[in-house]
Amino acid sequence: MLLLPELTMLLLSVVFLILSLVDRKDSLFLWARALALAGLVVTLASVAGKGELFSGAYRVDLFSQIFKVLTSIGFCYVVFMFGSQDEVESRYLPDYLMFLAFSTLGLMMLASAVELISIVISLEISSFSLYAIVPLRRSQSKLQLEAAVKYLFFGAVSTGIMLFGMGYLYAMAGSTFLADIIRVLQLFISQPVGILALVLTMTGFFFKLSLFPLHFWAPDIYEGASNTTTTFIATVPKIAAVALLIRISMLAPSLSLPLVNILMILAALSMTVGNLIGLIQKDVKRLLAYSGIAHAGYLMLGVISLNSGGGASAIYYIAIYLFMNLACFYVITLMAKSGENIRVDDLAGLSKRSPLLALTLAVSAFSLAGIPPTGGFTGKFFLFVSAFQEGYLAIVIIGAVNTVISIFYYLNLVRMSYSKEPESRPSIPLYFHEKALCYTLIFMVLYMGLVPFGLMDIFQGAF
Amino acid sequence: MEKYLMMNPLDFPILSTIIFLPLAGVALILFIRGERAIKVTALIASVATLVLSVALYAYFDPQTPRFQFGESLSWIPMYNINYTLGVDGITILLIVLTALVTPACVLCSWTSISQRIKEFMICILLMETSMIGVFCSLDFILFYVFWEAMLIPMYLLIAVWGGPRRDYASLKFFIYTLFGSVFLLVAIIALYLVNGTFSIPEAMYKNYPFQFQAWVFLAFAIAFAIKVPMFPFHTWLPAAHTEAPTAGSVLLASILLKMGTYGFLRFCLPITPVASFTFAPYVVALSVIAIIYGGFVCLSQTDMKKLIAYSSVAHMGFVTLGIFTFTKLGFEGAMLQMINHGITTGALFLSVGIIYERTHSREIYDNAGLGKITPVYVGFFGLFAISSFGFPGTNNFVGELYVLVSTFAWSKSAGFLAVVGAVLAAAYMLRLLKLIVWGRQDKRTIRDMNLREVIYLLPLGVFVIWIGLFPRPLVRMMEVTLGHLLRQLQVFSH
Repeated sequence: MLLLPELTMLLLSVVFLILSLVDRKDSLFLWARALALAGLVVTLASVAGKGELFSGAYRVDLFSQIFKVLTSIGFCYVVFMFGSQDEVESRYLPDYLMFLAFSTLGLMMLASAVELISIVISLEISSFSLYAIVPLRRSQSKLQLEAAVKYLFFGAVSTGIMLFGMGYLYAMAGSTFLADIIRVLQLFISQPVGILALVLTMTGFFFKLSLFPLHFWAPDIYEGASNTTTTFIATVPKIAAVALLIRISMLAPSLSLPLVNILMILAALSMTVGNLIGLIQKDVKRLLAYSGIAHAGYLMLGVISLNSGGGASAIYYIAIYLFMNLACFYVITLMAKSGENIRVDDLAGLSKRSPLLALTLAVSAFSLAGIPPTGGFTGKFFLFVSAFQEGYLAIVIIGAVNTVISIFYYLNLVRMSYSKEPESRPSIPLYFHEKALCYTLIFMVLYMGLVPFGLMDIFQGAF
Repeated sequence: MEKYLMMNPLDFPILSTIIFLPLAGVALILFIRGERAIKVTALIASVATLVLSVALYAYFDPQTPRFQFGESLSWIPMYNINYTLGVDGITILLIVLTALVTPACVLCSWTSISQRIKEFMICILLMETSMIGVFCSLDFILFYVFWEAMLIPMYLLIAVWGGPRRDYASLKFFIYTLFGSVFLLVAIIALYLVNGTFSIPEAMYKNYPFQFQAWVFLAFAIAFAIKVPMFPFHTWLPAAHTEAPTAGSVLLASILLKMGTYGFLRFCLPITPVASFTFAPYVVALSVIAIIYGGFVCLSQTDMKKLIAYSSVAHMGFVTLGIFTFTKLGFEGAMLQMINHGITTGALFLSVGIIYERTHSREIYDNAGLGKITPVYVGFFGLFAISSFGFPGTNNFVGELYVLVSTFAWSKSAGFLAVVGAVLAAAYMLRLLKLIVWGRQDKRTIRDMNLREVIYLLPLGVFVIWIGLFPRPLVRMMEVTLGHLLRQLQVFSH
């Protein structure tokens, strides 16, 4: 019973595997949405599960279940987003959904994996499915193929580096179980080999999170992949990456100073590089890619301050990150009815063409920038407090200054949609469920901004 | 907690009602379609807030320095963040000022805003909620949320309904203010880590080590100096004021600028007293520079709004000067100047808005020679203009006098330079007034003010003269609080 969320996801992928073989494509979306919702319900229902499976390699606890719920929400949203526009050729649709479900399955397993081999396997399940769906895009250019190849290569290289680090961990501990490694690592944590092993192991997840210096893939893949694929890649794998980064840094008994310094420098560079390059982006998806790089930096503040509630702050931040990014990408997906990329200039007059989309975009942009009363502020505030409590004042100030830098390009999105006049473009009609999804996202972003206590208590209970 | 916060004596939470009444108006407006109905709803919401705030003023007990009408609820228990509200002698006047100015903003936009009236009114009411929220908050995070949330509607007011260079002005406003605010946030977190609470009163009057005080003071000072704006940080102000629609300029000038000086009074002085004394000479120097510099820049302006914007820099210089001379007279003068500047400059922007609606120009020359064409308008404009440079018998005279007396006691040279600035103010304002009244001979047909415009300017005009002749009631409201502040400062800085 503990595996119910994973099994539902597996069932979903098998259903689509079968659907891709038979020739019934008409009620595909209905199936997909119903199953995704069922998956979300099952995941929510199994949030209280607790136990160990597969001789301790797979742990189900509140920590893993929270991440599974977030993953499931992300997946559900992507499935609901998908549909009204034909970004993928219809004969590939079932396969596309199957890979999406497979990838989600891998990410869910990742949240529970507490043994090196199962971590690698889960990670690869999710990555390989993504490698397959990046090129699935109906488009005149070959951009998506380039993106797919880049994603594959970068992914393979970072996995290789990660395996190298895991090799060190195994060499030290003689075991692949994290519980064994944590005991041995106490002896090695202040030595170069311990630090190297941890940092290299984290590299695989830095890649997923698009943290500097493994961020190079993000802008190109975001630009090349279809809007819905990008939505998925930009949100769901990052959730699992945060889970694993927290897991791995919990290995270090108390984070040693050199390790903290390395992570802090990476965080600072990631924020600064992401925000500075973000300033000059013209394509909204590329802009969001750089914003994602910057946010990866903010998230690292939570990872380095695990002792003072940083873990809960990081979970809170990745949750709000999920919602505000989904909101941004949803607006893009709805604007691009034929699946094209949206440039910042195309947003001109959005508030006239569709007030609701403009509002959704504005709320999520202000949230990404971290302006109260949105969740982006509250999340960032928790991160800052945790990091400051640990005495990392420098990184807090760098993060604060970065907020100011980033406001320029986030505000640009709002400015374009509100104060520029449209060149007589048609208004964007929205279906009922699309409106409902927009309102839900706006509600979530504001809710997490103003009422953080309930969620934060749950997240703290996970440690 | 009872030490400094008196619980609300009334049987309903009056402060929360005042704060969230405009928000309720927003909720109503969301469901209303007709333009007229939207405007009327906004007006009703803002006038109701005004009535409640007058009631607050009436029930306020000026004999105690403690915070009154207190409300406290737990908000984020994990970090000891509370929803705590309270009013003391400093904020009561600012709340009434805010509530007084907002209906004027609604009324002055009645016909001048032609497009997206719904969103416009929503922005104005959101501004009112967050402005009053800033003045009532007794918790750092609550304060910060209101302080920052205000940026969004203000940004939209400038960016959507602004003048030709609204893009530039609104971006600059947002980035400048946010830059200050993030340091404020860092300082707030630093104080939390020391105190274990985000409560503002509990952070006051503690003996923090000097080094800590100095850094916290500087972080606060950047945020507040940008908001005031003090001399080197003032460049966002002319752009934002000039490009904003009339209501936006009025809100900026009357209320937003006061938040900077309010911050100095509420945070810098009580929380970092020693650092405040240490840095006071620099603040005084910057204030004097602002007064002189603002005056000279005003002399060369041809755009009415820009002129008034730069005059704000000079006037706010008087406020910071009064605060950082650390006398009771200086504090009272500064507080009076905050109120006076809110009334006078707000009224001047409203006047410019009235004439702009008719001539569609802010240039002095285009609006010159109105003396015979629109006598009522010129009457009002003249009153506010002479009040702006502190003509005896008007409100600014009293405040400036208090501040100047206090400044001379602190430093002769600073006092002398401030007097020069006051004379400059007379020079540029009289020049403007002369041109507006007699500047052109040609006959034009320009409508004089209508009843609606008289209705929102008249109360401001009454206050100009009333405070000028009889400032005692205002001073009575604040003197106990300010006296207490001064005594605490002297205790903690020695």
